[in-house]
Amino acid sequence: MSALTEKPAITLTPAAPPTRQKRARVLLALLAAGLAVAVLVGAGAGALPVPVASVLGVLGHKLGLTTGWAFEPQQEAVVWAIRLPRVVLAVLVGAALGLSGAAMQGLFRNPLADPSLLGISAGASLAAVAVIVLEEKVLKLVSALPGSAGAGAYVLPLAAFAGACATTLFVYRVSRQGGRVLVSTMLLVGIATNGLAGAVTGLFTYAATDAQLRSITFWGLGSLGGANWPAIATLLPFVAGPLLWLPRLGKSLNLLALGEEQAAHLGLPVARVKWQVIGLTTLAVGASVALVGTIGFLGFLVPHVLRLLAGPDHRFILPASALGGALVLLLADTLARTAVAPAELPIGILTALLGAPVFLWIVLKKATKTA
Amino acid sequence: MLQANSLTYRIGPKGLLQNVSLTARPGEVLAIVGANGAGKSTLLKVLSGDLKPSAGEVVFEGKPLAQWPPAALARRRAVLTQQHTLALAFQVRELALLGRYPYFGGQPTAHDHAVVAAALDLVGLRQLAEREYPTLSGGEQQRAQLARVLAQVWEAEKGFLLLDEPLTGLDLRHQHHTLAVARQLARRGFGVIAVLHDLNLAAQYADQVLMLHQGRPVASGTPAEVLTPDYIQLGFGIEVELLAHPSLGGPLIVPTVNMPF
Repeated sequence: MSALTEKPAITLTPAAPPTRQKRARVLLALLAAGLAVAVLVGAGAGALPVPVASVLGVLGHKLGLTTGWAFEPQQEAVVWAIRLPRVVLAVLVGAALGLSGAAMQGLFRNPLADPSLLGISAGASLAAVAVIVLEEKVLKLVSALPGSAGAGAYVLPLAAFAGACATTLFVYRVSRQGGRVLVSTMLLVGIATNGLAGAVTGLFTYAATDAQLRSITFWGLGSLGGANWPAIATLLPFVAGPLLWLPRLGKSLNLLALGEEQAAHLGLPVARVKWQVIGLTTLAVGASVALVGTIGFLGFLVPHVLRLLAGPDHRFILPASALGGALVLLLADTLARTAVAPAELPIGILTALLGAPVFLWIVLKKATKTA
Repeated sequence: MLQANSLTYRIGPKGLLQNVSLTARPGEVLAIVGANGAGKSTLLKVLSGDLKPSAGEVVFEGKPLAQWPPAALARRRAVLTQQHTLALAFQVRELALLGRYPYFGGQPTAHDHAVVAAALDLVGLRQLAEREYPTLSGGEQQRAQLARVLAQVWEAEKGFLLLDEPLTGLDLRHQHHTLAVARQLARRGFGVIAVLHDLNLAAQYADQVLMLHQGRPVASGTPAEVLTPDYIQLGFGIEVELLAHPSLGGPLIVPTVNMPF
């Protein structure tokens, strides 16, 4: 107790870094390495298998390097034009969804939170379904705009993105009471918004023709099949910001675990952090859903598993969720397009089919441990 | 110095605080006492800035509280609130390290780790440093949060500590230990404001006592001036007698009636 009478006498040798932190560092390195391997394997797998050495050769060639790895022109065409865009898309979308899920869980102090809980995905889906059903009318409207030749292809993703942003703004505004946004209120408003968007989506589905129904179903299950370099160029500006900025909020989200008031007493600008997390996740999720449809379970499962493995520190969870989300989605997509080749499984089915049992197993194992 | 000038706090027509003033000086422990619902916690929330007063203002070191940059304030003043929500299963060490967040950018330094270890030592949780917070008992959780708050202002000059019922869930030894820590911090030049329930502990450890009743100040001054049978009858509605403490010399407050049922 005498340590406090004068200046704090700190004679203790600093503690060795806790084991959890060491494990977190190892896990991050493993995830990064695993992702690199998965990219090479994913770019090689398919109807025309390309050996990893040739994939490396193509990559080197495109980067202007001369490598010793030989490849054939056909392999180059397949890897560069078809496989790599899809691999890159899976990595970007997976990272965006994993990271957004982790950030939302941190913000809402709830391990069950994920962007779909706030209605972001539902809003995007509603807009997309509306566009599918009202296709002709919407396209007529768009083509009437000056300088919009060929814009038709972008209508669906743009609408989905706008739907995501509009929903977030709506939820945020409704949850504002007396200049403050209560996170608990926001969750409830998000649930109500989900119901509302679901109902209106149902209305559109009810009015849809058979052909439109097929598009709606397909879109709702998610697919990375539309991947090409222009699509990635469209996505990149929207996800680059969130992917670079969200991982920097680890300390802030750790403080928020104490509750907003205590976090504020530790110097955290709570309102600004809220805005950043909500804005950045909306950008990332909205753009992802716009391009690939809704992919369930990823943003929720990946952070959860990582937390079980190496603790809840957001300085680790955020980057690890980005890497983990990218890895899982890439593996799932590689499986989806090779398992029943030449047909293709919708990716949303696969992530839920694999994710739900894994998650159940974790929950039950944890329950028996504590019981 | 932390000053509150004629604070009033209302929700709708209901006044939770009416015209409360106080001055907490460095080197002193100020105890806020009163019956349940007297406005103690509300007052502490207004003093800490969680609630904005309907009238009056809080001035910290000559500057209105609202004008303090949050980061600078965090390095001078720590607040321990009553509810200890912790959404994540942090280890005790990780929790205490949150108190050092205002000091480091990316990674905690060896010094931060040392302060955390010393703070955990002080509250007697060194052995439980690797334990996950949700697995602790209520009293241990309270002490872990205290360690976090202590780590936050460990080296502050003329720091301030605001504690809302810091003794909840603590056993007898740790109740005294916590207040002894507060006393020692005061000796080092800290100002400490604590909401306390136990009048005997307030009498033993506080330099100043403020008694609230239905949101209004009943009395303020030294423990001897405030903790009298008359004021306690007024503030708590119970008759007490003051005995001389057999060994410490101060007063011992003892209820003299059996409650009628």
